[in-house]
Amino acid sequence: MTLGGWIIMLLSVGGTSGFFIWCIARVLRPPDKTDKLHGVLDTELEIEEKERQRRRGEQER
Amino acid sequence: MNRPAPENWSTRIGVILAVTGSAVGLGNFLRFPGLAAKYDGGAFMIPYFVALLLLGLPLAWAEWSMGRYGGTRGHHSAPGIFRLIWKNKAAPYLGVLGLIVPVVIYMYYVFIESWCLGYAWHYLTGAMDLGRDPEAYKSFFAGYTGIEADASIFAGFLGTPLVFLLICIALNFILINRGLTRGIELFCLWAMPALVVCALLVLVRVLTLGTPDPSKPELNVLAGLGQMWNLNAGGKSIWEQLANGKMWMEAAGQIFFSLSVGFGVIITYASYMRRDDDIALSSTTAVAGNEFFEVSLGGMITIPAAFVFLGAAGAVGGTFALGFNTLPLVFEYMPLGRWVGFLWFFLLFLAAITSSLSMLQPAIAFLQEGLGLTRTRAVALLCGVGTAGTLLVVWFSKNLTAMDTLDFWVGTFCIYLLACLQTFLFGWVFTPQRGMEELDRGADLRLPRLFGFVIKYISPVYLLVVFTAWAVQDMGDRIEAFATDPAVRWSMIFLAGIFVLFLWWIRLAVKRWHSEDRIS
Repeated sequence: MTLGGWIIMLLSVGGTSGFFIWCIARVLRPPDKTDKLHGVLDTELEIEEKERQRRRGEQER
Repeated sequence: MNRPAPENWSTRIGVILAVTGSAVGLGNFLRFPGLAAKYDGGAFMIPYFVALLLLGLPLAWAEWSMGRYGGTRGHHSAPGIFRLIWKNKAAPYLGVLGLIVPVVIYMYYVFIESWCLGYAWHYLTGAMDLGRDPEAYKSFFAGYTGIEADASIFAGFLGTPLVFLLICIALNFILINRGLTRGIELFCLWAMPALVVCALLVLVRVLTLGTPDPSKPELNVLAGLGQMWNLNAGGKSIWEQLANGKMWMEAAGQIFFSLSVGFGVIITYASYMRRDDDIALSSTTAVAGNEFFEVSLGGMITIPAAFVFLGAAGAVGGTFALGFNTLPLVFEYMPLGRWVGFLWFFLLFLAAITSSLSMLQPAIAFLQEGLGLTRTRAVALLCGVGTAGTLLVVWFSKNLTAMDTLDFWVGTFCIYLLACLQTFLFGWVFTPQRGMEELDRGADLRLPRLFGFVIKYISPVYLLVVFTAWAVQDMGDRIEAFATDPAVRWSMIFLAGIFVLFLWWIRLAVKRWHSEDRIS
């Protein structure tokens, strides 16, 4: 394996692996923002809440 | 009117793994190393990374952005999202590409998936011990896939190829019927780590091979890595290699197909993100994950393993030749080859099924939101259409003509068209300003502002140059094949039928959406 081959391999493999690990580390980092995704249950609760507010608004009118 | 209950991904790592799983497939482990070896090793990586920066990443960000925009407004399919973005009567009909591309690719991809599962099973049970004659592996592959004659795998109706095909079809539709979070996301949360473990085990085995045959000291692992990565493997200077236009075209094609941009899948997957969820870091991580599988794992396994046992002449070939003829022969020479062979084909199966699952979701989302079908009915309908296409592929199996025809016209031509359309929509209709706002909302990563300029001006030009060069090179033969080969004609007639069917469904969906708009 030539020196050029080593350089290309280390840059390519190291670069892509490093990039992936950096991204995963940022995704898994625990600050509050990382848990912004919500499940179906949250969505349904939110829809129900909105529906309740809408009905309340209609009744008041 | 009935609208499907809103669905969202339940975890961020789940959506990242699902998108990465959709992108990672046989191309990462077989096509990429084959191309790199074909173009003198390391020199290929320069156009490859240029294409990643100018085409792959910008297109992925654009799809995520448009997908989330559509999803938060109640649409999860390309026709619905295109209609939202572009107030033009033609927009939803152009979205037919975002349905046809994944569904038709699924039709033949599931057949390839079944080969991987079948080979893995054969290794597990010890039935792949065919000796060291390369012809034995070619002949086994030809018999297994029906390359020798049309419909030949139906000869023994419940022979193993058909059984594995039925298992794969059933598995896909059972998982997809379980829904987004309980089906796709849960499966990817399990399958993607398993894929990494299998790949790492095979990688360790390959890198510790040393010099397996002391009488041939030149065939060693370092020389195998050199075959893959050396800059001057063909004896040419780096400038001579970089002057090869075809290499630039194929590198762009590899990035493009490998990342699954222009497939219609990312736009659907991203539509299940919530309004304030991060999509900038998630999309970048999915791209990085695909590159990790392709360069760091695929690039270190396939070519070195083939070179160590078969020399430079053995370490070349297309996806199928390398994967199903060369590597099984390599495993025969390799200590613990039977188990490495099992791991290898099982990892290919996992890579394939995470991709094929993603190909079904866009059409199911459309059938639900466009025609008002329940998920189970949408799955049943798509199962019928998809299986009909798979049967066509299996029937016209001689030289894999039907598969090749569908792959050319849909798996390549339509993908280019869809990518051009999405680039136009994002760059000139949705506009990069709105796109950046969408990407910035809830973002955990600030994307470079230059992206707007790249996606508006550079990516379309890059895409059009690659598309034109590809069309000039390949289109003539295909048109000739249509005139001479009945299997090609039947495949094209089938394709036309699928187009008409989906366009009709879009017409019904547009009527439904219009009446919903009037009511609201």
